Amino acid sequence: MPGSNRSAAGSGPRRAEAPPPSVALTRFARPRSRGLTRRGSQRLWLVIFLAPATALFALFTTYPIVSALVYSLYRWEGIGRRELVGLENFVRLFTTFPYSQLLLNAFWHNVVVFVVTMLAQNVVALGLALLLARGPWGAKVYRVIFFLPVTLSLIIVGFLWALFLNPVFGIVNQLLATLGLAALARPWLGDTHTALVTLTLVNAWRWLGFPTIVFLAGINAVPDEYLEAARLDGATEWQVTRHVVFPLLASAVTIIVLLTFIGSFNWFELPYIVQGVSGGPNRSTDVLGLFFYRMAFGEVDTGLQDIGVGSAIAVLMFILLVTVSVFAAGWLRRREVELA
Amino acid sequence: MTKRTLWMPLGQLVLALNSVVVLVPLLIMMLSAFKNTREIFQNAFGLPVVWRWENFTRVWVEAKFALYFRNSVVITLASIVVILVLGAMAGYALGRFRFGGNDLLYLYFLSGLMLPLRLGIIPLFILMRNLRLLDTPWALILTYAASGLPSAVFILTGFFRALPSDLDSAARIDGASEWLIYRRVMLPLVRPALIIVAVYNLIPIWNDFFFPLVFIHSDRLKTVPLGMTAFFGQYYTDWATLFAGLTLAALPVVALYVLLSQHFIRGLTAGALKG
Repeated sequence: MPGSNRSAAGSGPRRAEAPPPSVALTRFARPRSRGLTRRGSQRLWLVIFLAPATALFALFTTYPIVSALVYSLYRWEGIGRRELVGLENFVRLFTTFPYSQLLLNAFWHNVVVFVVTMLAQNVVALGLALLLARGPWGAKVYRVIFFLPVTLSLIIVGFLWALFLNPVFGIVNQLLATLGLAALARPWLGDTHTALVTLTLVNAWRWLGFPTIVFLAGINAVPDEYLEAARLDGATEWQVTRHVVFPLLASAVTIIVLLTFIGSFNWFELPYIVQGVSGGPNRSTDVLGLFFYRMAFGEVDTGLQDIGVGSAIAVLMFILLVTVSVFAAGWLRRREVELA
Repeated sequence: MTKRTLWMPLGQLVLALNSVVVLVPLLIMMLSAFKNTREIFQNAFGLPVVWRWENFTRVWVEAKFALYFRNSVVITLASIVVILVLGAMAGYALGRFRFGGNDLLYLYFLSGLMLPLRLGIIPLFILMRNLRLLDTPWALILTYAASGLPSAVFILTGFFRALPSDLDSAARIDGASEWLIYRRVMLPLVRPALIIVAVYNLIPIWNDFFFPLVFIHSDRLKTVPLGMTAFFGQYYTDWATLFAGLTLAALPVVALYVLLSQHFIRGLTAGALKG
C-alpha cells in the first residue's frame, strides 16, 4: 500500500527515470564531487540504514523460528541433532505414551483458559467500557486504576496471589471465613478441580484493564451523529448500544479475541511460577507452553527431555496461531471494507 | 434521560467495586511489607503496629535485589537504545524512500508482530550457545532488540511517511549529506513516535521472565523477575520479607505508571489500536 506522500518524497532509483520536474531539479542539481552519483550514494545509504536492523531481526527471530520447523524433522539425543526422520516426531507426539496423553491434557487446558478468559475478563471489560464511555464522574481516574495491574510483572502477580490463596494464612480464605462462608474455603491452587480456573482468574485480574481500554477506544470512535440519529428515532439506550455501538465494535472485539487466543495458547509464566514446570497439582494446570518447555529443557522430576518432540509441539502451536491470526486478519479487512 | 440518571448510581457502584478489586490486593501487599510475619498471619487487613522499614533493607541487601535491579536496568536500557537506533534508521529508509522490495521488507518486519519468538527458543538457545553468549547479558539484549524491531519499524515508518516531503528536499538542495538530513532534520520530528516505541517495549522487556529463565544461570546476572524465583525459594516461610520483595519489585513500574499513565496506556495498547 504505497502512501501518497511517500511516492512524492520518493527519491530512489526506480523513480529517477521520470521524476516529477521539481524533484528532478533538486535531485541532480548538485552531483557529488567524490564521483559517486546521487543515485549510487543513495543506494549505499539505504543499505547503511536498513542492514543493521534487517540482520539483527533475521538472525535472532526469523532464523530461530524457521529452524524450529526444521528441527522437528530430526531425531535428537539431548542437545545433539541426529538423522532426518521426517514426521516421526509428530507421529510419536500423537500416538505414543506419555506424549499423546500429555498433549491432549495440555491442549484441553489451553481451551479452558481461553473460554474462561473470554467470559470472566472480556465480557466484564466490555461492560466496564460501556459504563466508562458514558463519562461518569471519575472516569479518568477509573481508567488509570483499571489499567494499573497490566503494567505489573506476571511474576509479581503470580507470587502475590499464591500468598493470598494460601489455604491456611491467605487472605482469600480468611475473608470467606469473616463473611461466614468458611464452608467455601479450600486450597484453591492445590485442588485439582479449582486450580486451573483460579489461576485463569488471577490472570484475568492482571489483564482486565487492557480489553477495557481497547473497547473504550472503540466505543469512543463511534461518531456522535450515529448515536444522536438513533436516539432521535426513539431508540432506547439499550437499542442504541445493541444496534449501533456493537456492530461498530466488531473490529475491537476481533482484535481482543485474537489477542486472548494468542495469550491463552502461549500461557507460560503464571502456571510456571505458581504451579511449577509440571503444571501441578497432578498436571491439572499443565498447558502447551509448559509441556513444550519441559520437552525442550527437561523435566526436573522425570528427567524426560526430547527436543524432536518439543520442536513438533512448537510447530503445532505455530500452525495454530498463524491459521487463527490470518483468519482474523482477513475477517477484519472484510469488515473494514464493508464499513468504508 | 430519567432512565440514565437512574442507572448511573448503579454504574458508579460497579466501577467503584472494580477499583476495590484492583487496588485492595496491592494495598494489602504494601501494608504487609511493613509487618512481621506473625502480624501478617494474625492481622492481614489492618495497619502495621510498627512500620518495619528494615524489611526493605533486608530485601535490598541480603536478598540481592540491588544487584537484580542493576541488571534489569542495564539490560532494559541497552535493548531500548538498540531498538530505537536501528528501528528509526530502518523506519526512515522504509518510510521516505521508494525502492524495489520496500513493501516486501516492510511486511517482513511486520511478520514479527504476529510470530511469538518463544516458539523458536530451542534454536535460539543453541544459537546463543554456539555464539558463546549463554549466561551473558548479550543473549538477552540481542533477543529483546530483535523482537522489539517489528513494533519500532511499524510505528516509525508510519511517522516518517507522514512528514511533509519538502523538508528533506530542501535539505538536499542545500547539499546536506543523507546522514545529516536523517539525524538533524528528520529524526527530531519523530520524537513522539520514539517515546511510543520506547514505552511499548519498556514494560514487556522489564517484566520478561521467559528469556532470562532460559539464558541466565549465574545469580549475579539475574534480572528482577528471575531473581524473584530464587528469592521466593529462599524465604518461602518469611512472609514479611516476601511481601517487602514484591512491593519493592512493583515499585518502579507503579511509580512510573502513576507519573506517565497516559503514555503507558497509549503505548501498551498501541499494538491493538490503530494510531
